[in-house]
Amino acid sequence: MLRKLVSLVILLSLFVAASVQVTAQEPVQVRVMADLVDDQITVFEEIIAAFEAENPDVDVLLDVVPYETIQQALPLQLETGVGPDIIKSTDIPGLSPYYLDMRPYVADPAYWDANFGPTITMANPDGGDRLSALYSDLTVTGPFINRTLFEQAGVAVPSDSSDHVTWEEWEAAAVAVRDATGVEFAMGLDRSGHRLMGPAISVGATYLDEEGYPNLAADEGFRAFVEMFVGFHTNGVMPIDIWAGGDGARNGRDEFINGNLVFYYSGNWQIGSFAANIGDGFDWEAVPNPCGAQTCTGMPGGAVFAAIGATQHPEEVSRFMDYLASEPVYRQWAERTLLAPQHIALAEAGLNWNTELPQALKSLDVFAREASNISPIAMALFTSPNIGPVYNATRDRISQIIVGELSFEEGMERIQSDIDTGLAAAASS
Amino acid sequence: MSAATAMLFRTRGKRQLHITDMLSYLYLTLGTLIMLGPVLWGVTSSFKTPAAITRFPPEFFPFAEKTVVVEGYEDPLPLFDVTMEDGTVRRLAQVRRVGLERQMIDPAAPEAGIIKAKMDATEIVQEFRLAWENYAEPLQQFDFVVYFRNSIVVTASATLLTLLLNSMLAFALSKYRFRGQSAILNIFLIMILLPGAVTLAPKYLVITSLGWNNNLLGVIIPTLASPTAVFLLRQYMLTLPDELVDAARVDGASEWYIYWRIILPLSMPALATLAIFSIMWRWNDFLWPLIVLTENRNFTLQVALNLFQGQYDVQWGYLLAMTVLSLLPVTFIFAFLQKYIATGIATTGLK
Amino acid sequence: MTLTAERGPGRQASTAAALTRPLGVLLSLPYRLLMNALGLIFEPLQRLVGIKGMPYLFVIPNLALFIIFAIIPILLNLVYAFTGGTSLFPANRPFIGLQNFSVLLSCDNFLDPNSCLVDLFWRGVMNTGVYVIVEVSSLILLALFTALVLNRNIRARGFFRGVYFYPTLLSSVVVALLWKWVLQRNGLINGALEGVGMPTINFLFEADWARLATIIVGLWASLGFYTLIILAGLQAIPALLYEAAVIDGASRRQQFQYITLPLLRPTLYIVFILSFVGAVQVFEHAMVLTDGGPGTATSYIMHFVYNAAFAGIAGGRNVGLATAATLLVAVVLVAFTLVQRWISRNASDDYST
Repeated sequence: MLRKLVSLVILLSLFVAASVQVTAQEPVQVRVMADLVDDQITVFEEIIAAFEAENPDVDVLLDVVPYETIQQALPLQLETGVGPDIIKSTDIPGLSPYYLDMRPYVADPAYWDANFGPTITMANPDGGDRLSALYSDLTVTGPFINRTLFEQAGVAVPSDSSDHVTWEEWEAAAVAVRDATGVEFAMGLDRSGHRLMGPAISVGATYLDEEGYPNLAADEGFRAFVEMFVGFHTNGVMPIDIWAGGDGARNGRDEFINGNLVFYYSGNWQIGSFAANIGDGFDWEAVPNPCGAQTCTGMPGGAVFAAIGATQHPEEVSRFMDYLASEPVYRQWAERTLLAPQHIALAEAGLNWNTELPQALKSLDVFAREASNISPIAMALFTSPNIGPVYNATRDRISQIIVGELSFEEGMERIQSDIDTGLAAAASS
Repeated sequence: MSAATAMLFRTRGKRQLHITDMLSYLYLTLGTLIMLGPVLWGVTSSFKTPAAITRFPPEFFPFAEKTVVVEGYEDPLPLFDVTMEDGTVRRLAQVRRVGLERQMIDPAAPEAGIIKAKMDATEIVQEFRLAWENYAEPLQQFDFVVYFRNSIVVTASATLLTLLLNSMLAFALSKYRFRGQSAILNIFLIMILLPGAVTLAPKYLVITSLGWNNNLLGVIIPTLASPTAVFLLRQYMLTLPDELVDAARVDGASEWYIYWRIILPLSMPALATLAIFSIMWRWNDFLWPLIVLTENRNFTLQVALNLFQGQYDVQWGYLLAMTVLSLLPVTFIFAFLQKYIATGIATTGLK
Repeated sequence: MTLTAERGPGRQASTAAALTRPLGVLLSLPYRLLMNALGLIFEPLQRLVGIKGMPYLFVIPNLALFIIFAIIPILLNLVYAFTGGTSLFPANRPFIGLQNFSVLLSCDNFLDPNSCLVDLFWRGVMNTGVYVIVEVSSLILLALFTALVLNRNIRARGFFRGVYFYPTLLSSVVVALLWKWVLQRNGLINGALEGVGMPTINFLFEADWARLATIIVGLWASLGFYTLIILAGLQAIPALLYEAAVIDGASRRQQFQYITLPLLRPTLYIVFILSFVGAVQVFEHAMVLTDGGPGTATSYIMHFVYNAAFAGIAGGRNVGLATAATLLVAVVLVAFTLVQRWISRNASDDYST
């Protein structure tokens, strides 16, 4: 019996090895790792197909992965030199040591310099002029509401009658809607340190002290915000499922799409996803950022496509990036995914969003206004070189405060010590 | 209480249905429900349509909404029984749901236009249907065929090499006397006790240095030299008489010939046990492949399943269907080769 | 060794055999080819090194792999544990002596993770401690009970044994996914609770329930394995002993106390050690089921190690802390095993004299 089993296994291995061999005979492979969702995948695959039709010597492979993979597994891959050739990442300066300088390879560096200036600055924290990245999308955080639920509950949408709606007013309205319609959740906010920043700054947080060091333990505004935010969970306004942590936890996005969440704080990058997944299933729309004691701001952000220096094929990688950056392709990417581009000529020419959905158009409008209303504190924080450890420290420790493992004070101390450890480690390496 | 203790302490009873027998069967039936329940629940759920899978409270069997094609609408529309205001019940198709309201249309008279109905006055019409698309679509769209192939490559080649290399070492340890023999044996025995996770990070460095990162070799090769396997095979080979080896030598057989024509065939039961174990180990490996493999097309099934459940917007129907598929090989082994596993565990106490 | 050869159904199906034999010969051809090809390497080598040298040739391939993938990593583990920095490459890591250990072990109060410098490690230790105690004790009791029931003269014994054993064959990912589907907010159990009008429970997001969930799922996945070991131990007890006891008028309780338990002791000892070592390393199914949450309620030691080495903790990846933590765990495990062995040896001496 075993002899046959072994033989079968040998035959099978040979067969499979042969089939692997065949696939390995293909043209130069350029691997892209990106956390794309929904229509973004389709659009990107079509861009790849068009590129490959013009460049039969290059085979672009797209690996769609969860955001956690980019955050957690990618840095180690980059350090050991086995990462992909192109990545989509939100940690733009953090991963800059691994970037490729495409300047010698791209057809027209002047085009890049003219149109992607802000990206180049961002991707060169040491002040160089390497061409490595272009924004997949510029983002600003802000809330969405399910207007249909408001209507059914007979509750007025607070932002219809006021330009200055506080968190407390939204809370009261969302709870009233939840209770009247019987949906599961009133408010939700993505589990992310970045998503906290806009609301916290609105309440009065500064994050950075006068020297530009993140001193959160002494930041009264931040403390006030955390107290409010933890309160949202203890009084059941926000579901524990999002912020209790854990992989595969419920995320607000899915609940919002399923019509199970009244008020969802996320950001403009969700518009394309909602257009694809909700469509006109109900009336969803973006509303202006809620106000705190200080201001009513969202938080800027963004993700870039960046070329990685460890690549075996810098020329082919640059060719694909150049193609992606070319005005018609980049325009297509932005217009079809409803993501906000960073491209100066494109911004001047204006975009024709590829949607007729009133919900999406209205939301795009709202976020365009939010983008121009970002508070200088948020802007300074976004460009600070010390922001890196703040994201995870605030996210993880506030989760612990919410579930009751840490007292508020203990949590604040841990946030600060995590940030200190992180910045010290970054400085010594 | 006395019945319960009697049941526990009784070991061999006569064939008559005693209260302790009843309790035994009760316990075993309850246990069967708990042990098989989650698996069966996964299997039936894997055949549910997206609408049925998100329904709460859930139904055990896969019922799908009955749909109808209505003129003027591209997609088939789900049917509902609607209690009208006058108390009559009409079967209408839903165009869309808006919050607490359904916008319905009469499939028999679509020209009559939209009829609005409150949610609580409607009841979905269902039929028993297996959603095979949960199986077909991920295999087509998400490279699950590739993941299956990778898992098969890893399992098959690792098992083959595990059998070969460990039987060679076991042969040397059981049928020869040589310097360093006991040292080798002792090192291997100690390593059985040491938890494997201890060396996760350094092993990753070794793999990186060898350039086997993101390569199936990096998953296969480090698992081959297995102290457990050596232990199992050596114990068995020790029971084979040394005279067989001596006699063969007298007849002029080479050592290699003795190994594979005499010792290996006689060790078949132990090898078969090891083969089954190895197939299970490698098919189920998760943490190490998760660390080593970075590119989607190199993923094994377990890594892919984990990745898939971490994605936003998890399609639970797909995920469960692929989980069920990944169960098939081990279930097959279980159904036909349980005896080998049982004896293997019983004799070595190893898993 | 009681491994018995499964020799197949013998010669009775000769016609079938006549049909399958050519197929069998064909199928075993690659195996013969491979082994003969290896013979072409080994036989000339035998002429070179002689019979005395041959065992080394049989040892070398396996031993080489073992050294590369088991011995060297252990040595590297020491290198990592005594060096600092974030790099994975030892050349870029400065020697820092015992600092990683002192960082891990600096606590004002070892019972309160919040008072420790690396609180996440100590949360892992505490969580693992609770897990080990509950899991191992309930595993041994349940496995013993189940084995005793299965050892009775009951119908469909093979079926029931198989049922209990089946989950042990499943991968940790599959186990966790199946249970997630049962336990989640909209899962099977909550559906049943809702059906009978009881309030639902958010099993995976309430700390105590989530801990219990990882324990129960761990139990579910390994109960059959240990039951089988104990069952083998039970069946190895000679029936003669019980017959003699019955003649002497021993009650069932006495039989259990004076025959079954003492003779089962070595088996129970194995079960104890194996389940203990396994429970200390709990990680995979918990990672997929709850990913350490809510908060850090189900974050076990290996979760900390994995995060420190691969995914990142406060201050980024810190492979030095990760390996130092594994060394601490390994020391505790080995010490525990040795003490256990010593105690059980003394105890059995007491018993036999």
